[in-house]
Amino acid sequence: MRGKKVLVKTESLKKHFPITRGIIFQQQVGSVRAVDGVTLNIYRGETLGLVGESGCGKTTAGRTILQLYRPTSGRVIFDGTDLTILKGEPLRDMRRRMQMIFQDPYASLNPRMTIARIISEPLRAHKLTSAKEQVDRVQELLRLVRLNPRFINRYPHEFSGGQRQRIGVARALASNPEFIVCDEPISALDVSIQAQIVNLLEDLQDKLGLTYMFIAHDLSMVRHICDRVAVMYLGKIVELAIKDELYDHPLHPYTQALMSAVPVPDPVVERKRKRIILEGDVPSPINPPPGCHFSTRCPIAREECFHQEPPWRDVGGGHFVACHEC
Amino acid sequence: MAPLLEVQDLTTRFYTLDGIVHAVNGISYTVEEGDTLGIVGESGCGKSVSVLSVMGLIPEPPGKIAAGQVLYKGQDLLQLDQKQMERIRGKEIAMVFQDPMTSLNPVLTIGHQIGESLIVHLGMGQKEARRQSVELLDMVGIPQAADRYSDYPHQFSGGMRQRAMIAMALACSPNIFIADEPTTALDVTIQAQIIDLVKTLRDQLGMAVIWITHDLGIIAGLAEKVLVMYAGFFIERGSVDDIYGDPRHPYTLALLKSVPRVDRTSKERLAVISGLPPDLLGLPPGCPFAPRCTYMVEQCRKENPCLEPIGFGHEIACWVDVTTGRER
Repeated sequence: MRGKKVLVKTESLKKHFPITRGIIFQQQVGSVRAVDGVTLNIYRGETLGLVGESGCGKTTAGRTILQLYRPTSGRVIFDGTDLTILKGEPLRDMRRRMQMIFQDPYASLNPRMTIARIISEPLRAHKLTSAKEQVDRVQELLRLVRLNPRFINRYPHEFSGGQRQRIGVARALASNPEFIVCDEPISALDVSIQAQIVNLLEDLQDKLGLTYMFIAHDLSMVRHICDRVAVMYLGKIVELAIKDELYDHPLHPYTQALMSAVPVPDPVVERKRKRIILEGDVPSPINPPPGCHFSTRCPIAREECFHQEPPWRDVGGGHFVACHEC
Repeated sequence: MAPLLEVQDLTTRFYTLDGIVHAVNGISYTVEEGDTLGIVGESGCGKSVSVLSVMGLIPEPPGKIAAGQVLYKGQDLLQLDQKQMERIRGKEIAMVFQDPMTSLNPVLTIGHQIGESLIVHLGMGQKEARRQSVELLDMVGIPQAADRYSDYPHQFSGGMRQRAMIAMALACSPNIFIADEPTTALDVTIQAQIIDLVKTLRDQLGMAVIWITHDLGIIAGLAEKVLVMYAGFFIERGSVDDIYGDPRHPYTLALLKSVPRVDRTSKERLAVISGLPPDLLGLPPGCPFAPRCTYMVEQCRKENPCLEPIGFGHEIACWVDVTTGRER
């Protein structure tokens, strides 16, 4: 990744949600450590994948980067500006440059708004166009996501899941952002429709020079669409590498188990594959295990792993891992 | 000898205010003892309805099994009344559903729910049922099963709930175990645990498994025979090696090309199946896949093809030979 410019940079980003007890006098009795120290760079024009099991903090990480949640500590630097200290109008200006595509195309569009209103909302919120130009801009956006521009006065329920997700993409593109967080944009869609949306996202990236952070649990699709992939477990990133390096030579025992658990649509390969079956479930992020968070399920954990947090190491070639053993 | 389960020409429709939904359109298949059958298809293609019909769980109205036979050990299940069916359901044929949260009763303990079928079907006493339930929980890999027996569903994680559902389904050692997308709501690592468990239990108990999914990957590693479903029809049937190694229906072919693989890197764009799955309210005449098919010929619009053998145990419903691109 030498010679590429960093667009988004996070430094030991943390987001803890308080757990309170009591009704009038609320006492904080603990916290959910959803994101617990995430440091990463996202380069301009790349697609960074963020994978992990449900509840590992991927979505919270995405939202904290966009300042939809204000972080508990740590910094988010977007194109040289620290977002965590911004407030009011300056933050609003930065927000125009980053957008989000949501998981559920049925829940993320207001059923009472027409498509025109939904897509033009960022334009109005940021006062980007005059009322006259709005219609033209919405039609242009619809053409961009390959929907018929005559649809502008229809309501979300008149569209299929795949079409709705295209509307969600058009809304995200309305303010001409540079960075888009795609939070499981295809997991609610049918297999034959997923490919349509993925190809659209790839075409838009080429055309508009977008930078994506692609949050997903479908590791096969992540391998297809991303340039680099980060693996998250219980609020921390455990491994990060260029995708082929990560998929062909995973180092962290969690990454290895995760990769081996994904079924391959080929019976010949499936018969030869060895699965690493992890015991038990992901521990609660309220009380993560001391030391390495993965130690409770790790097949190769030793004494040290239960006490000491493993350091984030560079093993060369842009491959990073946090593990004592590998 | 008659096969364990023989479904013949099963047709299920739903009579709604908008019209008649043709959910399942005359499907036939057989399941032998110890078989593992995979049914693959996208949402709304009728795969769930096809097995719910077998289980006698289609709500009537609006649903109606319009035609066909479901022969279990030679006996037509569709002719049985509710009482007789209850004796088969859960005991001889058991089913696990997609969402373990909504299919468990939240106000009863896990142990109670497993014990229920033992008491009802096998006439066990409370104590005996309890002992057996703990054993079942242990078998599906719930740690400290004796302590977890009196837990409520909300105290279990998603993977554990699905294990409890499986324990419940296995309680009476059924001959046929039907799994309707049991791992869709779960993470891949938990999914691997569940599939591993079902495989082990299948080999141990010698039951037949019908596994329904939209995930082509799961079926590849689990099933021996595969049925591909589209718009309520079976469009291709074959051994797992036929379907994945030599797919002959344009839909199967396109579906396999549209999913990326975790074990390979690809620079190419994903193949896209254009358009949308058909509306089951009004199927077009001819082949239901014709409007989205790249191989379409004149004949496809006129007449819907039937399943026809093209090799040993390999059948497709298509007018075109995809290897040549010409009519067969």
